[in-house]
Amino acid sequence: MKRLAIIIIAAFAFSFSTENAEDIIKKVDQNMSAENRVVESSMTIHGKRNSRTMTSISYSVGDKQSFTEYLTPAREKGTKMLKLENKLWIYSPSTDRTIQISGHMLRQSVMGSDFSYEDMMDDRELLDMYNAKLIGKEKLDDRPVFVIELTAKVDNIAYNSRKTWIDTERYVPLKEELYAKSGQLLKRVSLSDVKQVEGRWFPMKMIYKDMLKAGKGTEMHFTSIKFNQEIPEYIFTKAALKQ
Amino acid sequence: MIKFLIKGILRDKSRSLLPIIVISLGVFLTVFMSGWMKGIFSDMIDMNANYTTGHVKIMTRSYAENENQLPNDLALMDVEELMGNLNADYPDMEWVKRINFGGLLDVPDENGETRAQGPAAGKAIDLLSPNSNEADRMNIKKSIVKGSIPTKSGEAIISDDFAERFGVNIGDDITIFGSTMNGSMMFQTFEVSGTINFGVSMLDRGAIIVDIADAQMALDMEDASSEILGYFKESGYDDLKADTVKATFNSAYSDINDEFSPQMFKLRDQNGLDNLLQRAETMTSIMVFIFIVSMSIVLWNTGLLGGLRRYSEYGVRLALGEEKSHIYKTIIYEAILIGLIGSIVGTLLGVGLCYYLQENGLDFSAMMKNVDMMMPPVYRAIVSPELFYVGFFPGLVAMTLGNALAGYAIYKRKTAQLFKELEV
Repeated sequence: MKRLAIIIIAAFAFSFSTENAEDIIKKVDQNMSAENRVVESSMTIHGKRNSRTMTSISYSVGDKQSFTEYLTPAREKGTKMLKLENKLWIYSPSTDRTIQISGHMLRQSVMGSDFSYEDMMDDRELLDMYNAKLIGKEKLDDRPVFVIELTAKVDNIAYNSRKTWIDTERYVPLKEELYAKSGQLLKRVSLSDVKQVEGRWFPMKMIYKDMLKAGKGTEMHFTSIKFNQEIPEYIFTKAALKQ
Repeated sequence: MIKFLIKGILRDKSRSLLPIIVISLGVFLTVFMSGWMKGIFSDMIDMNANYTTGHVKIMTRSYAENENQLPNDLALMDVEELMGNLNADYPDMEWVKRINFGGLLDVPDENGETRAQGPAAGKAIDLLSPNSNEADRMNIKKSIVKGSIPTKSGEAIISDDFAERFGVNIGDDITIFGSTMNGSMMFQTFEVSGTINFGVSMLDRGAIIVDIADAQMALDMEDASSEILGYFKESGYDDLKADTVKATFNSAYSDINDEFSPQMFKLRDQNGLDNLLQRAETMTSIMVFIFIVSMSIVLWNTGLLGGLRRYSEYGVRLALGEEKSHIYKTIIYEAILIGLIGSIVGTLLGVGLCYYLQENGLDFSAMMKNVDMMMPPVYRAIVSPELFYVGFFPGLVAMTLGNALAGYAIYKRKTAQLFKELEV
């Protein structure tokens, strides 16, 4: 009788934690995702010999369309990327060529950073891709956090599982670990400088570290974020790449 | 006596034909196997040296650790100064810069958008300097299928397989998309001047070859290169010389605490070649040893059979008063003569076949389409001075030794019993 009671309580606790995890992730998605947004950012890549910083402006609508233009330095100025559904094109002004990136090339690094093209393309909400499970609560940099394990529920996904540390008050991730199907840790992400933008919390600084690569990782600073903007439809066309 | 013995050998074919055939065959196989194996391994060494390893190669310490990933962000810098020092320090060697790079080979349509693309394995060598030996060293002229090697900046040779698959013609533009030394995006368009087929799938897959100055510009590698290769001017690969050059260079230039300091490797340090060549040398020695031992046993047996067949002859000669030592001596002299004839015939046949295969080779390219090792598609034997004695002396010694052992039985014959034996 006593054993049965323990089993019932454990089962109840498990279902409760699953529900909670999904609610938490839903709140995270509400903070991090938007119908559309315009983001200005600077990306600093720490190489073994030197560090480089480049700035860009990105426009995105949902998780299907996005357009990025690199503004500095001179070597990258005018380079543009267009994502439509699951296709990606890159335009180089120096050669006036538009190249479509597909297949295994999507796993390559963007501009020598710790981001892959896949990382940049995948804007889907977490709950569309993963099942969530709350595995604990702890403190991270003096902030109370939920520790949630995400396991893939779709096939076309870059990382089979994730472990994410979510701020319990602001519902933004402060740390993430991204794993391959084999269980190998592929990337580690630290998010900080959480600010309120248009009523939602958003981490303005992100350090992305490819664990299979030497180096100190890539820093991304969001200098400006505007949600729910009017973005002209022509931006998401191949013709816009050459303009 | 020699003249008398030669007459005997020539007139009594049953006395000489079988031993000569056996010795010739044994010596021929020993000489041929030795020349063939040596040729194969020599071709493998040359191919690796010419395409990837050099007789010695210099890379930064951290580039060397991740060489398979072609990490040009870890490439050698200030290479012109280093090349100047190398030419001054080692004037008997030729030093060349090379850049290896990966990326995407993209073929545009009439609107400049992707028509076809595939992974590229790029190699940049000095194609345009008037005194450069690089095109010959990599056998590019002979491997060209269509068009020609680049004659001006902005031209490239691509894999014939890629060109066929994606309908790329001479004069078409292709774009390489990849990363520069600093990690920036690299877009560089080249005009196809020729297509190439090395016959080695590892080299042909997605190959693109451009001039090193073009690659330096495209990859932001001015005064930088992935590696510097060194070749002995007067000879092929010499492991002892390479060891000396490596030791002096590394003690002068390499710093274990600086991951970007240059480090020299000799050919045998790279691509697992040391292990491979050591095993190959051991295998060759074992094979030659087995041939020599088995040939000696067969010839000893032949001598014994000859001795038995001529049992009556020796009995008559003893009965006529010929001394045992004289008969034994004639057996030995005869064996030396037969050994000489067999060894000369076998050596000539072996060297002849090796020479034929040295000039013509055997083409195994059809069987090597899916082989990912750096192996030559055409195998050749090699004629070296060693071939003239590697089978000759064992053939001569085996025959003489075989007959000496077999003929020793002559001393066991008893004169008193000779007439009784001869009655039979």
